[in-house]
Amino acid sequence: MNRIIAIAAIWVALVALPWWLPLIGGYTALGSKVLIYAIATMGLNVLLGFTGGLSFGQAAYFGLGAYGAGMTLKYLAPSTPLAILIGTLVGGAAATLLGPLVMRRRGIYFAMITIAIGQLFYFIMVRWNEVTGGEDGLAGFSRQDIHFGPWLYRLDETNFYYLVLLGFTVAVAVMWMVLQSPLGHTFVAIRENRRRIEFLGVRVERYIWAAFAIAGFITAFAGTLNALLFNFTSPQDLHWILSGNFVIMIVLGGMRSFFGPLIGVIIFVVAQDYLSSITGNWMTFIGMIFVLIVLLFPRGVLGILARRVEVR
Amino acid sequence: MTAATMERTGQDGRPPAGKTGPLLRMDNVSRHFGTLKAVDGVTFEMHAGELRAVIGPNGAGKTTFFNLISGLLPPTGGKVIFEGEDITGQTIVERVAKGIVRTFQITEVLPDLSVFENIRIGVETALRLNARPWISRRERAAINSRVFELIDIVNLDGKANRIVGELAHGDQRVVEVAVALSANPRLLLLDEPTAGMGDHETDHMVDLIRRLHRDQGMTILFIEHDMDIVFGIAQRITVLDQGRVLAEGEPDAISADPRVRAAYLGSLE
Ligand SMILES: Nc1ncnc2c1ncn2[C@@H]1O[C@H](COP(=O)(O)OP(=O)(O)O)[C@@H](O)[C@H]1O
Ligand SMILES: [Mg+2]
Repeated sequence: MNRIIAIAAIWVALVALPWWLPLIGGYTALGSKVLIYAIATMGLNVLLGFTGGLSFGQAAYFGLGAYGAGMTLKYLAPSTPLAILIGTLVGGAAATLLGPLVMRRRGIYFAMITIAIGQLFYFIMVRWNEVTGGEDGLAGFSRQDIHFGPWLYRLDETNFYYLVLLGFTVAVAVMWMVLQSPLGHTFVAIRENRRRIEFLGVRVERYIWAAFAIAGFITAFAGTLNALLFNFTSPQDLHWILSGNFVIMIVLGGMRSFFGPLIGVIIFVVAQDYLSSITGNWMTFIGMIFVLIVLLFPRGVLGILARRVEVR
Repeated sequence: MTAATMERTGQDGRPPAGKTGPLLRMDNVSRHFGTLKAVDGVTFEMHAGELRAVIGPNGAGKTTFFNLISGLLPPTGGKVIFEGEDITGQTIVERVAKGIVRTFQITEVLPDLSVFENIRIGVETALRLNARPWISRRERAAINSRVFELIDIVNLDGKANRIVGELAHGDQRVVEVAVALSANPRLLLLDEPTAGMGDHETDHMVDLIRRLHRDQGMTILFIEHDMDIVFGIAQRITVLDQGRVLAEGEPDAISADPRVRAAYLGSLE
């Protein structure tokens, strides 16, 4: 019951964010960015924290989603929903197709192949100059207002935030449903003791594949929103540094807890935003915060509070 | 999910072949590791409803023998036949589906999860729900009641919400048995179920094995070092030594067998 109240309170705070965030020196787009990264990291955490697959190349699917959305708007049709749909499908399909390459590997080899695949997509986007804009990134598109029959939803900064909040809510609901289902229980069991569950008759690799695909679709969805937020995307959105940052955010907040990544993202993005306006060395400070949190809260900030509740 | 699948206990729906012949037949089965003959030409039969112990000195090949039955290792020779069907080439997963379920010599649980969660994944797997990304209230209720039924069978009532990794060793092993039971075994293989347990814990496990056999008619094959347990509950005993069957028979015959006494029992007494 407490939990429901806490979630309701957070959601109300998110709905009201365009009013209160500027009062404490923020801006609405920062809220959008936090929610977008929260979608991405919570999606990744289905694989990382709940299934135990060390994906260190998740930015690939984020970036594919972003490029998919940007290129749809630029070359295909001026439709925001279509851009989101196509970007999500492109990134998710890539993860689904590459899953079999990844699913057999364990531990550090899993991490290595995911990084390698990520870097492959990074180089494709850099080299495929004419279409992707190469190193300079993909510009020349912008999110389009959404028409519902006679209704027009103008995607200004605030309204776009609400679109992102809707996406966040849907993604959270889907992930929650999955993690509460037998599929989610299977993921957690694989993380806990792969051999035991294999001996119950579970074909473990298939489920690692499923987790990889789900994480891919959700991260790609976040990527599409990111491209729409900035009306821009670049190879940095597929780079391993971003992949690493995703993992850092998750570990900061707590990889064993459902909402842990959201907390991690808030710490990371806010710190990045404020620190980078003060010092060019902001990454050092992030590193220090990271080390402190890992030392003080080995299970992440939320992991301490919610050790049990989340895996049920 | 139907009531029928929920209630499959291993006694129903047995194909006719199983009624006449043995449940399990190991036909001249070997497993060599290089020059080491861990299991060497073992022929072995077990009938449904039996409670059988496998004994033998350390390194006799008992665990390897279990690995051959459960499919963890392929044999280097011979055939594994279950209910008249040759399953030598079948995987672990296929054998579990046929009802060959095991526990391990080393405790294998999901340590960070509760007793309830450990057993629930077993129940969901037995119902083949693993791929389902949602669950209805009705299904959840049916699953939960089956989990509590298993918790009740193994006498872990009151510990459902305890984290398994924080339980006493004996209780962790009982959780393993409950998880194995969730798979509706036709043949339950227990590798040293009482290893490392105190007297009280051992009594609990022995009582559980006896009850499973008596009340549920379960076919159980267990590896055990404690001769009091072996001679106390087993109906038949198979003695392995250096990968071969040294002797096989009812407890009285085994304890009287001079070869067994010489090779094994004598050294323990
Ligand atoms: N995977 C393996 N590779 C090599 N040797 C093995 C392997 N498994 C078991 N052995 C060897 O086979 C013999 C029998 O082992 P095991 O079946 O574990 O005996 P027991 O369970 O009766 O103590 C031992 O000498 C052991 O070292
Ligand atoms: Mg052994």
